[in-house]
Amino acid sequence: MSSMVGTSRSWRPPVGESLLASARGVALALLSIVISLLLFLLVLVSLTLMIVGLGILTTPLVLGMVRAHANQRRVLAVEWAGVPIPSPYRPEPEERRGGFVGVVERNSYLLKDPATWRDIVWLLVDAIVGFTTALLSFAILAYGIEGVCMMFGLWEYMGDRYWYGFIHIDGYDSAVKATVLGAVLVIFSLYTNRLPFMMHFMIARVLIGPSRGAQLAQRVEQLYETRHDAVDSSAAELRRIERDLHDGAQARLVAMGMSLGTVEALMERDPAKAKEILMQARSSSAEALTELRDLVRGIHPPVLAERGLGDATKALALRMQIPVTVDVELPGRFDEPVEAAAYFAVSEVLTNAAKHSGAEQVWLDIHYSAAAGGMLRMAVTDNGRGGADLNRGTGMKGIQRRLGALDGVLAVSSPAGGPTLVTMEIPCRLTQRAPQRG
Amino acid sequence: MEIPLRVVLAEDLFLLRDGLVRMLEAYEFEIAAAVDNGPELTRALEELQPDVAVVDVRLPPSFSDEGLQCALEARRKRPGLPVLVLSQHVEQLYARELLADGNGGVGYLLKDRVFDADQFIDGVRRVASGGTAMDPQVIQQLVSRRAQDRPMANLTSREKEVMELMAQGRSNAAIAQQLFITERAIAKHTSNIFNKLRLPPSDDDNRRVLAVLAYLDRG
Repeated sequence: MSSMVGTSRSWRPPVGESLLASARGVALALLSIVISLLLFLLVLVSLTLMIVGLGILTTPLVLGMVRAHANQRRVLAVEWAGVPIPSPYRPEPEERRGGFVGVVERNSYLLKDPATWRDIVWLLVDAIVGFTTALLSFAILAYGIEGVCMMFGLWEYMGDRYWYGFIHIDGYDSAVKATVLGAVLVIFSLYTNRLPFMMHFMIARVLIGPSRGAQLAQRVEQLYETRHDAVDSSAAELRRIERDLHDGAQARLVAMGMSLGTVEALMERDPAKAKEILMQARSSSAEALTELRDLVRGIHPPVLAERGLGDATKALALRMQIPVTVDVELPGRFDEPVEAAAYFAVSEVLTNAAKHSGAEQVWLDIHYSAAAGGMLRMAVTDNGRGGADLNRGTGMKGIQRRLGALDGVLAVSSPAGGPTLVTMEIPCRLTQRAPQRG
Repeated sequence: MEIPLRVVLAEDLFLLRDGLVRMLEAYEFEIAAAVDNGPELTRALEELQPDVAVVDVRLPPSFSDEGLQCALEARRKRPGLPVLVLSQHVEQLYARELLADGNGGVGYLLKDRVFDADQFIDGVRRVASGGTAMDPQVIQQLVSRRAQDRPMANLTSREKEVMELMAQGRSNAAIAQQLFITERAIAKHTSNIFNKLRLPPSDDDNRRVLAVLAYLDRG
């Protein structure tokens, strides 16, 4: 939906949008005056019934309806007016007990959430101010049309005492005046009736959008979770590295040391045997190196350290078993955590595509846009069979956690039959200009 | 006695540098310079004009792929300057960059390969004489990926073996020795490979390898 600014540039009135706003205004007005008012009264009754105990049973029901009603308005705000109103509610407790205890618990959760009380205030405001603003976008237009109709015979049906605006309808002359005034009103409303319509949602946003405190609380909650995940996964990662070193390279070095000791003892007595053991020690050291190399790749890929994300993903694509078309355009380097998270995310998604999708071709696009503080966007598309599910498999969850720690997001679109499109975004800034070569 | 090959060596870890110096000297190379950072390497390559350079990919001061960049830069100034790049990890991406100018005289090996002194020295000599020495790991990655391509799928398993060794830069004689078959059989295999890959035949040993690598490098 285009904005006010966009349409008011031209002199022609935005008739279509204006009429749409009027029609929607009527619908909103009905919602406000009927549902909001009704719910407000129900809440009052239910809260009052708390005194006798019955309210404990009814309140969660009523408040549930209030939330549904408010949520509907949040949806309409985005769809009709382009005004996003995030949901302000605290997360519901995960485990819910059944029976009366559960009801009481839910009651207390609802009543302790400040957003609930703001919802209730909104119900009343919506029934009065919300109703007025919504209706206004329709009423001026409708009143104007009534005036226009005056001249064309409508005046005859009006009694002697009818006033149209400041015009007393008492004959054809006054009907003409009314028509002129009506026309002015129609034109005026065609230009302006989106204003009250927008205002309706602005008011709603103030009351049912998250308050500053709620926003902070949500952010804290989110940070708490992602920090928890980050700490968890880095601890798991360290455990894995420790185990790999312990069982791999470390054990091999011990074996090598032992072999060398044996060689020392055998050197004079049985040179042939000593040589054989030396050979074993050498191959053992080669294996230890291979293991260490794989381990290093899993911790921080060397190409990433040497060349940054662009070339690292190119090198990664070259190692894939299926053809990967890479389109990378990055103006420079990013912070190491960003590069590493991005790299491992791409790596995991590519591996998934190669393993599970049955695709013959994969496309990898990585781009950076400096707008709005900077955003790194990565997209992996394959022509496989689709049906990938974010909730299946631990790999994707791991990526989500890793990206989440950087406020990044992951989205999967994978209809059955394909294609699968995985997009990832990480908000970040450039840290270093691309080195000039050549 | 022939004149020893002059080597410029760049490796930042003292132990490894020292070991390489001793190994190369033991095989009668002359160490023109052994440096431990990028800028000195660039200077040494320019001033000393070595017969071959042995370079670690990662060098100070930046600890990025400075060694590789210095080597590529030097080869731009002096095309065909033989460079053998050593690394803890091998990447096709880097191999392509080294091969890209098509001048030959490049090597790209895992550091592990110095364990087998004979083979390593063989690699250095091959690079110095304008040939190539590619790490088997790079070739394997390429070949396993290429295996799905139509022309590669037509090769017999023996031909694939020959091709892998050929792509590493081995001569027919060396391949024959490794696979325990006669040189004549190898020659037959190679010409089959060229036919199947639709590469124009050529007598020149080096051009043959480069042709294979160029093919592998495509895509």
